[in-house]
Amino acid sequence: MIRGAARRAAPIVVVLLGLVGMWYAAALALDLRAGQALAGSGASPQALIAAAWSLERPLLPAPHQVAQAVWSGLFGEPLGSARSLLYHAGVTALTAALGFALALVFGIALAVSIVHVRTLDRSLMPWVVASQTVPVLAIAPMVVVVLGNIGLTGVLPKALIAGWLSFFPITTAMVTGLRSPDRMQFDLMRTYSASGRDIFAKLRWPASMAFLFAGVKVAATLAVVGAIVAELPTGAQAGLGARLLAGSYYGQTLQIWAALIAAALLTLLAVGAADCAQRVLVARRGGRL
Amino acid sequence: MIVAALALTASLGLGWAMLIRWAARDGRAYGIATPLLFGALLLWCWEVVCIGFGVPRVLLPAPTEIARAFATHLPMLWADFVQTVVRAVLPGYALGCAAGYLAAIALDRSLFLRRGVLPLAGLLGAMPIVGIAPIMVMWFGFDWPSKAAVAAVMTFFPMLVNTVAGLSGTGAIERDLMRSYGASYWQTLVKLRLPAALPFVFNALKLNFTLALIGAIVAEYFGTPIVGMGFRISTEAARLDLDVVWAEVALAAITGSACFAALALLERVVLFWHPSVQKFALSGR
Repeated sequence: MIRGAARRAAPIVVVLLGLVGMWYAAALALDLRAGQALAGSGASPQALIAAAWSLERPLLPAPHQVAQAVWSGLFGEPLGSARSLLYHAGVTALTAALGFALALVFGIALAVSIVHVRTLDRSLMPWVVASQTVPVLAIAPMVVVVLGNIGLTGVLPKALIAGWLSFFPITTAMVTGLRSPDRMQFDLMRTYSASGRDIFAKLRWPASMAFLFAGVKVAATLAVVGAIVAELPTGAQAGLGARLLAGSYYGQTLQIWAALIAAALLTLLAVGAADCAQRVLVARRGGRL
Repeated sequence: MIVAALALTASLGLGWAMLIRWAARDGRAYGIATPLLFGALLLWCWEVVCIGFGVPRVLLPAPTEIARAFATHLPMLWADFVQTVVRAVLPGYALGCAAGYLAAIALDRSLFLRRGVLPLAGLLGAMPIVGIAPIMVMWFGFDWPSKAAVAAVMTFFPMLVNTVAGLSGTGAIERDLMRSYGASYWQTLVKLRLPAALPFVFNALKLNFTLALIGAIVAEYFGTPIVGMGFRISTEAARLDLDVVWAEVALAAITGSACFAALALLERVVLFWHPSVQKFALSGR
């Protein structure tokens, strides 16, 4: 067991180390000139390298600089401070969670109606599928402006964008899942003279869960992406997207990278939460999904 | 107001009744016509609501207004299209897909590397990669190269993961057959495994185009020359010229679905021998 885990982890660790090494080399290559200016002309190679890896606004920060920026942003600032990464991540997480909840409710409701109403299946489902090819994020600025016009500001417009983005994977996964029981199982339910409601509650719904969670994991990621992008056009003061934008305006590379890493961590957290929910459900249903 | 409400209910009732009748029928023509009718009904109701209830233009322009904006701003839309799609999306998409494809072939030689890279690539592919846009703008400047770079990075991981999955998808029997022919690694790769991986590659190609488009548009929110679809959307939205914004969104939607359709068509032509396409052709759907 442990040896198997080690054998699986070893290649990942080696590749990770290689990547970090390449990152350091790239940081050195990109920042050497600025490092030279900082260290002076007569500096030793070691001093030069150290200078290149510790610039304040590097073209490419070295990994330890990014780690330091993330750490101090997460834990080194008071929570209410505008420089606290935890605060910004919290704002984005709230938006993403609200959007995701909306997407979950509407996505499942739409999937249930698509499965049960043939007219909707034939007329709406093709549009749901086709909408995947449309760059939905392009409408984000408009949604924010329009909702701002009718007095809706703050978290709701952003949550709507995050929800709109994460809505489709849930719907498509749920439609597939509700249809996943095969003919024999439906026939069996009918021989029990089960009502339509029973078939739904005891066959379709339990069968759809595995599909739902596959969709939920994609949707959780998309909700975070949507929340971040929605913060760009609002000129939002808070949130990881706002941090990205502000860092981009003022050339604060470390701030951009720290926000980026925080966004990645937030995504991991979201997918991890979905995974936990799935495990809980599996445990409650006796080890199967 | 009352007239509009009446017109709306009437068209909704009539349209829905027709939809029910069409949806109940089988056949390919109805499979295409039903969603089209649904779309038309939606557009019609949108128009009726906008005109009839006097919805202000800063909230929701009517479809006809959007169409008019599309027609009058055609040169501008074309310039934006060239800047965003032709200059940024297409090179970035091609670069990212080609790099992902080649990286997958390179990884194919080493099981160790594959075991190390694949989990990381899957993880990175699930990250909000659009966030690198400000970094790319800083490195490659405001013009199209930075947008192409974002598109390239976003398309790289799906292509890598899909191609690796496709390359490992050939069965033992086929590979044994190649070995019994005395085929070398490269011969097996070119004649058996790369063609067998094509459905996966096409999947990634189709998925990636939308990703590249999103990447380029979002990257334009971080800084652009004064042309481009993302630039136009954000500035015209700020100026409340929503009909222009909708026209631009329509352009993006048309571009995305047209390229998806073109790729799907190409897939059917290139993969005419593959069971998935053959079944498709036989069933007539």
